[in-house]
Amino acid sequence: MSFLNFVISGISLGSIYAIIALGYTMVYGIAKMLNFAHGDVIMVGAYVCFFAVSKYNLPPLVGVLLAVVICTLLGMTIEKLAYKPLRSATSLAVLITAIGVSYFLQNAALLLWTSNPKIFPSFFKRAGADATQAVNGVSLFGGQLRISYVTVVTIAVCLVIMVALTLFTSRTKMGKAMRACSEDKDAARLMGINVDSTISLTFAIGSGLAAIAGVLLCSAYPTLVPTTGSMPGIKAFTAAVFGGIGSIPGALLGGILLGVIEIFAKAYISTQMSDAVVFAVLIIVLLVKPAGLLGRKIHEKV
Amino acid sequence: MAKEFVKGKMVPVPSTSIIPERDLDKTPILECRHLGIDFGGLRAVDDFNLILGRTEIAGLIGPNGAGKTTVFNLLTKVYHPTRGTILLDGMDTAGKTTPQINRMGIARTFQNIRLFNNLSVEDNVKIGLHNQEPYSAATGIFRLPKYWRQEKASHERALELLSIFDMQDMADTPAGSLPYGAQRRLEIVRALATNPSLLLLDEPAAGMNPSETGELMENIVKIRDTFQIAVLLIEHDMRLVMGICEGICVLNFGRIIAKGTSDEIQANPTVIEAYLGRKKEA
Amino acid sequence: MKKLWKNKTTRKSFVTYAFVVLAYVILQSIAAGGGMKSSLKGMLVPICAYVVMAISLNLVVGISGELSLGHAGFMSVGAFTGVTAAIALQNAIPNAPLRLVVAMVVGAVFAGIVGFLIGIPVLRLKGDYLAIVTLAFGEIIKSIFNNLYVGMDGKGLHISLLEDKTHLMEDGRLIIAGPMGIGGIQKIATFTAGFILILVCLFVIFNLVNSRSGRAIMAIRDNRIAAESVGISVTKYKMMAFVISAAMAGAAGTLFALNYSTVVANKFDFNTSILVLVFVVFGGLGNMLGSIIAAAVLTVLPEALRGFATYRMLIYAIVLVLVMLATNSPRLKALLARLVPGRKEEGTDG
Repeated sequence: MSFLNFVISGISLGSIYAIIALGYTMVYGIAKMLNFAHGDVIMVGAYVCFFAVSKYNLPPLVGVLLAVVICTLLGMTIEKLAYKPLRSATSLAVLITAIGVSYFLQNAALLLWTSNPKIFPSFFKRAGADATQAVNGVSLFGGQLRISYVTVVTIAVCLVIMVALTLFTSRTKMGKAMRACSEDKDAARLMGINVDSTISLTFAIGSGLAAIAGVLLCSAYPTLVPTTGSMPGIKAFTAAVFGGIGSIPGALLGGILLGVIEIFAKAYISTQMSDAVVFAVLIIVLLVKPAGLLGRKIHEKV
Repeated sequence: MAKEFVKGKMVPVPSTSIIPERDLDKTPILECRHLGIDFGGLRAVDDFNLILGRTEIAGLIGPNGAGKTTVFNLLTKVYHPTRGTILLDGMDTAGKTTPQINRMGIARTFQNIRLFNNLSVEDNVKIGLHNQEPYSAATGIFRLPKYWRQEKASHERALELLSIFDMQDMADTPAGSLPYGAQRRLEIVRALATNPSLLLLDEPAAGMNPSETGELMENIVKIRDTFQIAVLLIEHDMRLVMGICEGICVLNFGRIIAKGTSDEIQANPTVIEAYLGRKKEA
Repeated sequence: MKKLWKNKTTRKSFVTYAFVVLAYVILQSIAAGGGMKSSLKGMLVPICAYVVMAISLNLVVGISGELSLGHAGFMSVGAFTGVTAAIALQNAIPNAPLRLVVAMVVGAVFAGIVGFLIGIPVLRLKGDYLAIVTLAFGEIIKSIFNNLYVGMDGKGLHISLLEDKTHLMEDGRLIIAGPMGIGGIQKIATFTAGFILILVCLFVIFNLVNSRSGRAIMAIRDNRIAAESVGISVTKYKMMAFVISAAMAGAAGTLFALNYSTVVANKFDFNTSILVLVFVVFGGLGNMLGSIIAAAVLTVLPEALRGFATYRMLIYAIVLVLVMLATNSPRLKALLARLVPGRKEEGTDG
């Protein structure tokens, strides 16, 4: 049964990557930029939720909502101040700016909240039959297969977000505007779409999702420091590329595959080398499918 | 991708080739047999047959989207043909890459100008001379005697080639800041620098005024005469095509609908219907 | 000579050489006169290493036009192989400067080989995909060195991965100890060696750029399809730039590591790659003098801001974003152009 356990925890970790990857992929699709600060928005979201719940004793749900609101505003502010003036600049200039923003968020967090790790509270506990023993998961097959509530909630949240986003981009006016902008900004503008506000909306959605991902991430791995977001950020970005950057189903597929591969590599190969395995798989996939698993290949017109 | 693997019917190569008399006793520089390419389900070019004499100036015309540039892309292996054969100077070019095709003797210009914009005019031509004045990277880094010799040679050759279009004074200008017409001419010079035996010009007169076009016509003929090469050009300016092309090939929906001299083409009812008929002023 | 001076690129390269020599002479004489703070003195070699990292990355990003996010990986390869060589040759080559040179050559060769191997898959990709794969390789290299054990005894070198299975004889010495890296390094790197390395790298880059191969590399950057159409093999020249750049980064890594008593793989992570990329972008793409100045200033700056202690990295981040906005925002650019008449922005395309 350990195999099944690995699969489930892989899918759970992958769901978190997928939610983060959505932020990368949507922003890339529409603004054609790698938003390296996205990983740090996750960290901010986690801190906000942590303080709301642990310090001000707010209910967890309020804490999550607060984190979403603050991260959404943060994402929109970053876009307005740092990225919007560079809309016509080279992609390298935008990339460096994004890195600068990432440094800024990390160091601001370091000043505000110090480098002492915060232990993220566990939301998904239920008082057990025995009052002293909290139950934090379900057991199946006579205890052979244990699934924690965090895992269940993470996977469920990921699925809900995916369905909601797919419906949003395909059915609503704003979603269609987003797709139009990612195809051709100038044509979209001529059709009366407000490109600036559409891009701003994309950042808002991506950052709001980052906050949720931050809470889920820290529920599963409770140590919270100012650099918490960097590595999951890079991996989620990898997941987005893996699935085909710019594609929403691609982010889901890439995220989950990456999570499963990572957990398997940890279990069967080596804990220390798991990152190397993840990146090696990415390289192989890109060599076989240069635009990612579900990405569209764009030919240059000659 | 192609559902039909090989086209069943073997059509003989049309004998109505229009090679100028002076080239008849030599192998043709280019021969296309049943050339075709599909993009998904679309037959972008189909059953394209063409024979080009060694010093012929030929025109490839047709309405927009007829597949003219696609033919150029097939000849230079930007796309690999789905069907058919291309013989360059009698040699099959199947499986060759774009740089190899250039070394075999085809040089081209582009419809949407593709210069090395950040580099000077002279450097653009020198890049065209890449395989003409070769030396190794180490020779370049350590500036061995061969470096100085070859650099001197390519500098002189570059200025000589630029003088065809009177552009030697612009040698130090960045290519990207040249006026439009000069950019088109520089592309031709760069292509010539690779010492081709066949020059493909994709809309060389686009965006030029009538007097510039007149000058260009003279220059194309001059280039053919000096370098003794074949020229195949795509052009919408009928004055240029009818004025200098010895043979003209008309393409519509990816297929050749007519071949012949300018008089024959102008009198061809199919062509008039497909193409010229819509342009009253022509 | 007069004709050479007229050539803009030649003039630029002479100015760069002169700047480097002048900076060396000035710094060296201040250091000799005892007028230099020991904290700055200790930074001279790292500055040289970062300068070499910056100009070598500029060869890939600025001249060849490919975004690489894993340059620190090559530095890492150079550091570990070069230091291993230096330790292994401690008795064979007692002369420290000579051993340093040999170590740097070993570091450069290994980094060049790794660059070639990585280049085979990487250079088939384009743009952002290429960037992400270089990032991935950088992380893989870091993981490997974090789990690599290399020991040496009378029988030669023993290598194992994941755990120490080198089974050394009694006289043996474990050189690379996984995540602990290499310890007990003899600090044989000198400022003069760094200075010479910078000059050598500049020589190679400038001469390459002004040669047939360099023109081919820049042609591919400006327009790949046109470059192919004039008979240039894209893979060959992209690879050339990539391998030369990797080898230089390797030498820089050796120099860097031989300036400290210990070296660990985590020193050469993604953040280091990004740091070097920041030097390149700050100094200007393709502008070697700019890279040199940016690398030197931005290496010293956090140190100079030490007075602000806790705020220095925050200030650094803000300065980074503001400079990017000031140099790339069309509105601010137009404003600058009006304030400084006659200053024309150099055009770079995306």
